[in-house]
Formats: sequence, structure tokens, C-alpha cells
Amino acid sequence: MATLELRNVNKTYGNGQADTLKNIELAIDSGEFLILVGPSGCGKSTLMNCIAGLEDISGGAILVDGQDISGMSPKDRDIAMVFQSYALYPTMSVRENIAFGLKIRKLPQAEIDAEVARVAKLLQIEHLLERKPAQMSGGQQQRVAMGRALARRPKIYLFDEPLSNLDAKLRVEMRTEIKLMHQRLKTTTVYVTHDQIEAMTLGDKVAVMKDGIIQQFGTPREIYNDPANLFVAGFMGSPPMNFIPLRLQRREGRLFGLLDSADGHCELPLGEVEEGLEGREVILGVRPEQVLVGAGSGALPGIRAEVQVLEPTGPDTLAFVEINQAKVCVRLAPDAAPRAGDSLELQFAPDKVLLFDAQSGERLGALGKARSPERLARVAQLKGR
Amino acid sequence: MPKQPSFSLARLAIYATLILACAVYLVPLVVMLLTSFKTPDDIRTGNLLSIPDVFTLIGWVKAWDSIGGFFWNSVKITVPAVLISTLLGALNGYVLSMWRFRGSQLFFGLLLFGCFLPFQVVLLPASFTLGQFGLANTTGGLVLVHVVYGLAFTTLFFRNFYVSIPNALVSAARLDGAGFFTIFGRILLPMSIPTIMVCLIWQFTQIWNDFLFGVVFASGDSQPITVALNNLVNTSTGAKEYNVDMAAAMIAGLPTLLVYVFAGKYFLRGLTAGAVKG
Ligand SMILES: Nc1ncnc2c1ncn2[C@@H]1O[C@H](COP(=O)(O)OP(=O)(O)OP(=O)(O)O)[C@@H](O)[C@H]1O
Ligand SMILES: [Mg+2]
Repeated sequence: MATLELRNVNKTYGNGQADTLKNIELAIDSGEFLILVGPSGCGKSTLMNCIAGLEDISGGAILVDGQDISGMSPKDRDIAMVFQSYALYPTMSVRENIAFGLKIRKLPQAEIDAEVARVAKLLQIEHLLERKPAQMSGGQQQRVAMGRALARRPKIYLFDEPLSNLDAKLRVEMRTEIKLMHQRLKTTTVYVTHDQIEAMTLGDKVAVMKDGIIQQFGTPREIYNDPANLFVAGFMGSPPMNFIPLRLQRREGRLFGLLDSADGHCELPLGEVEEGLEGREVILGVRPEQVLVGAGSGALPGIRAEVQVLEPTGPDTLAFVEINQAKVCVRLAPDAAPRAGDSLELQFAPDKVLLFDAQSGERLGALGKARSPERLARVAQLKGR
Repeated sequence: MPKQPSFSLARLAIYATLILACAVYLVPLVVMLLTSFKTPDDIRTGNLLSIPDVFTLIGWVKAWDSIGGFFWNSVKITVPAVLISTLLGALNGYVLSMWRFRGSQLFFGLLLFGCFLPFQVVLLPASFTLGQFGLANTTGGLVLVHVVYGLAFTTLFFRNFYVSIPNALVSAARLDGAGFFTIFGRILLPMSIPTIMVCLIWQFTQIWNDFLFGVVFASGDSQPITVALNNLVNTSTGAKEYNVDMAAAMIAGLPTLLVYVFAGKYFLRGLTAGAVKG
């Protein structure tokens, strides 16, 4: 068990390329599960390789338990990694694969045997021990790759998209198993994924990356409810958050957003918002489940809109309407679902919707809610780049 | 799938062509074998393809008496040269694919030139170098020349195989605590059996069949069998003994033939490895 801290980590691959990692700042406590998410090519694997010591960093420091390890060779860092491709040694049996790292560390044979047996039992791969990797299914290979990491009881586990090669059903199963395993072992873990359900369900902390920059670092709830910018808001959540371009109007010192559909229009009171917003292009963000349907509370302003498409997903039905020329997704209970062509009365709770600057994508002053000074500082740090 | 008709005209044509091609390739071998078992009288009276009146081994015995010693010379040159060049080629390929360094691509490009260098070009510099090392006219010198010349090919074979292996394998081994040689010996070499076979066959054929280096860099008793065979066939004092010549040629060619027969399937498998990897 160990804490992990990244201080201002930078990484360039050289030959004139832009930096692959830019000023990465992260810190997690002992036993925490950190999720790294981001689109393909944003530098997640690079960051993992840097932590493992497979790549040198170009600047900054990586601290484990407060000690800078960025100059150490991979084998001295006491970190185990599960690779996306599993990277099982093809000529060795499962037993040899798991035992390899222990043999190299010159553990006595009896201890190695005991350790292999323990891990095999934990992962339920005892019947596979004499097989070669090529003789196993993807899910079984995945367990072996995991077993190889678990056998060593290192300070930190790194998982680089370990489930991405599995089919949907197995992925859900393995996700639960990983969570169970982490709850049992409580080893500090960094886990890369671009599946945002994995991110929400597994993580104690989530770091959302884009183009080598950490866009936001926080708990899954913070990331989901309080995204720092358009990118984070759009990345997390399925179906994604709706983004509605908005014109603002100030009347009697209060700000209103104008919403229009083919069937009606409304003025959304936005309360006290930062000065100087009128005239600027603003985007309203609202999650599909946060759009209220029907004459719920008469106090809220509402807008009528025609349902264009319905998508029943099973647990919910998604209805798509058009507001301000933007497609808006609304999540409904299946038995309350209208038919395509019906007109719906939609309401927005002003304290739930988010505002973003259309140009920079930054989140605009929270509606009514005071932003924590810490958050403001972090946003300032991001803007400074 | 519809069942193929067991006989058709097209099929007949194909088999006829194949048999003809086989015959064209096999006739020289048959002639050599038949001749080697004939007596000199038989050779003079019969024609090329006639069956020997009596099968006799005198040609083979005489051939072995004159070139048997050189056969062992060739073994002493070929075996170390093949093994060393294969091992070094594997090591080179490993570094050039898994431990890239600044300029390693350029280095590899230059090394490839070695594959296109004609033998004749290196003769003078090589003989000068061997002279400086005091290795001129020794078996060791010839081994060295063959190793250096073969390195370009063996490196190419191994590098091209190793670039098809995911780097993550090496990364995983490094995290497991394995060092440079452990990774090479315990993980990569065991995966390389087909490539090793390709190298062994290729190098064995090249070095065993080499004539030019043998004739230039070896003399007298240290000459390889190819040079000895040439001397035997060309020094014609008295009547030409074709049975001896043919038997000697068979002896000289037999090892490469055997290597192909026993390891040929690896050769094909190795050459196509990587192409079909999922
Ligand atoms: N060895 C390398 N040399 C040069 N550039 C590299 C190297 N490895 C990665 N890159 C570049 O660094 C960037 C980040 O790559 P990285 O593999 O970290 O992305 P990723 O976030 O893991 O993507 P994915 O989700 O597809 O795995 C990419 O633009 C890639 O082209
Ligand atoms: Mg990656």
C-alpha cells in the first residue's frame, strides 16, 4: 500500500512533437482506486508507462510514499502492470507466467508454489495452470495477466484498459470482480479505460484527460455533477449531456435564457450570474434525466416540444426533441413514454442546469451555487495553460 | 463444398506438367547417382541414363579418400560460423527492435547494405584485415569472414521477426524484474525457433557451398570441400574418372541436401511467420 503523487509531470517523445503529457498534477491516497479516462491518443498509456518507469519523464516528479521514484528503473519501483494486450509470455505455461517475476526475484521455490496457488485460487484459474496462453480464451488470458500482477503484491497496480478486449457480458462480470478484488486487497491502483461506466463504477477518483492535459480530477460524483468544462461534461454520461446554445437576456437585473422550439418558447431564469454575460454565446448543459416531463411543478418554466424519435433501451426510453435547433435527449420511464409526434411539456430545474462559455468551453459561474475556492483555483490553473 | 471429380482432363494436364518439371530437375541427380555407382568401363560403354551393370562403391571410396579430409574442414568452418552468426544476428535483431537507440534505424539501414555487397568487393579488405590479425590461411579466419558476411542476413531475419512481437512483452518482463539477457534468453529466444531454423538453413547452405572465400582465404590442408572438389575434378592426370567425380560431388552436396530434408518445413514456416499472425 502506498500513496502516489504526480508533480508537474511532463513528457515529450522528442523530434519536434508537441508534449504528450503537460503538467500532470495528481495525488491519491493509499488504497485508492484512480481512473484515467480520455479519448484515444490523449496520453493515458504514456502516463502509465511513465509511472511504471518504462518511459522516462521529461520534467516533474513521481512520488510513491513521498519518495521520488522518477529516476529508478522499472524493476526497483515495485509496481505491477496489466497491459491492454495482456503481454503473456507465449512460450510459458500459465504457471510459469505467474511465477516468472517471483523466480527472477529469487524467492524460494516453496514460496513461489504457494503464491501461484493462492493467485490461481483467487482468480479461479487453477485448472488452467499447465496451459499455454494460445490455448485460452480472451477472458482466461485476462485473468492470467491479472494473476501475474497479483502474485507480486506490489505497492501499486497499473491496469491499462484490461477489459477492452472482452465482450460486453464478460466485461461487466470482470468489472465487478475487479471491484471486489480491490475491496479485499486495498492496493493503490491506477486504472485506464475509455469506458465511462467503468470510470463511474470503479473509481474512488477520476482524472479526465484530453490532449495530455488533465481536464478535471475529482470523485466520480464531482465529475458527473460538477464538470469543469464542456469536454468533461460531454465525455461522462451515457447518453451524453445535452448542449443547447442559448441567447441571454437581462431584465431588471436578472438574467434569462431564451429557449425556442417549433411548439413554443420560454424564458429560463438563470438568477445571479457573473457580470458581462449578455451578448456572449453561452451553452446550456442538461443531462437527459434532469429534464422534467409533464406538469410536474407549476413553479418551473416549461416549454412544449414535439417528440421526433423514440429509442426504447429497456430500463428507460429516450425521447429526442429539438430546442434552439439542437437535438435534446430526454430520459423517460418506459410506461410513461409518449409516441413519436406527441408534444411534451418539458421543464428545467434552474439549479440543475449548467452554463458553459461557447468559445472556451469553460464552465460559467455556477447558478446560484457558490463555487468552492479550491475548484476556482483549479479552473484558474487550467485556464492559465 | 461440391466434391471434386477424381479425374478430369485439366487435372491430367496439371499432373503431367508437374511430373515433367520434376523430371527436368531430377535427371541430373539421377545421372550423377547412376554414374557414381558404375565402373569406369561401364561409363565408357553405356550411355548416361543406363543402369550400372554392377553397382560398385569404388567411386565413392576413392572420392572419400581424396576429399574426406576436406569434408571435415568444411564441417569445422561451417558449424561454428553458422552458430555464431545466428546467435549474434539474434542479439542484433533484439537490440534493433526492442532497445532502439538514437540512430538505430540508420545503423540497421547501413547493416542492410551488407546483404547487397558482392563477395568480390570484400575480398581485398578482408584479406588485409585477416593478415593484420594473423588469421590469414586459418580456419578461424575463414569462420570470421563468414560470420561477418552472414551477420547482415541473420540480423535482418531476426529483426524482422522481433518487430512483429509486441513491445509490451518486453515491458512486462522488465516490470517482472528481468534484465537485458534474461529477457532475450528466457522470452524471445524460445519464441524464435522458426526464425532460428531459417537462419541455420540459410547460413549453412551459404557457408557450406561457398567457394570464393574458401579458395581465397584458405590454402592447402585447410581448404573447404568445395575447393577440394574443384581441384579433384580439374586435375586430370590420366583418364577422367567420372564415377569418382560424381561421388565426390554427391559427398560435397549431401549435407545441404540433408539439412533441407530434415529442416525444410521450418524454413517455409519461418519465412511466412509474421505474415499470418493474428
Ligand atoms: N513511442 C512513441 N513515440 C512517439 N510518440 C508516441 C509514442 N507512444 C505514444 N506516442 C504518442 O503519444 C500520444 C499518446 O499516446 P498514448 O498511447 O499514451 O495514448 P492513449 O491515451 O493510451 O490512447 P489509447 O486510448 O488509444 O490507448 C499519441 O499521440 C501517440 O501518437
Ligand atoms: Mg493506451
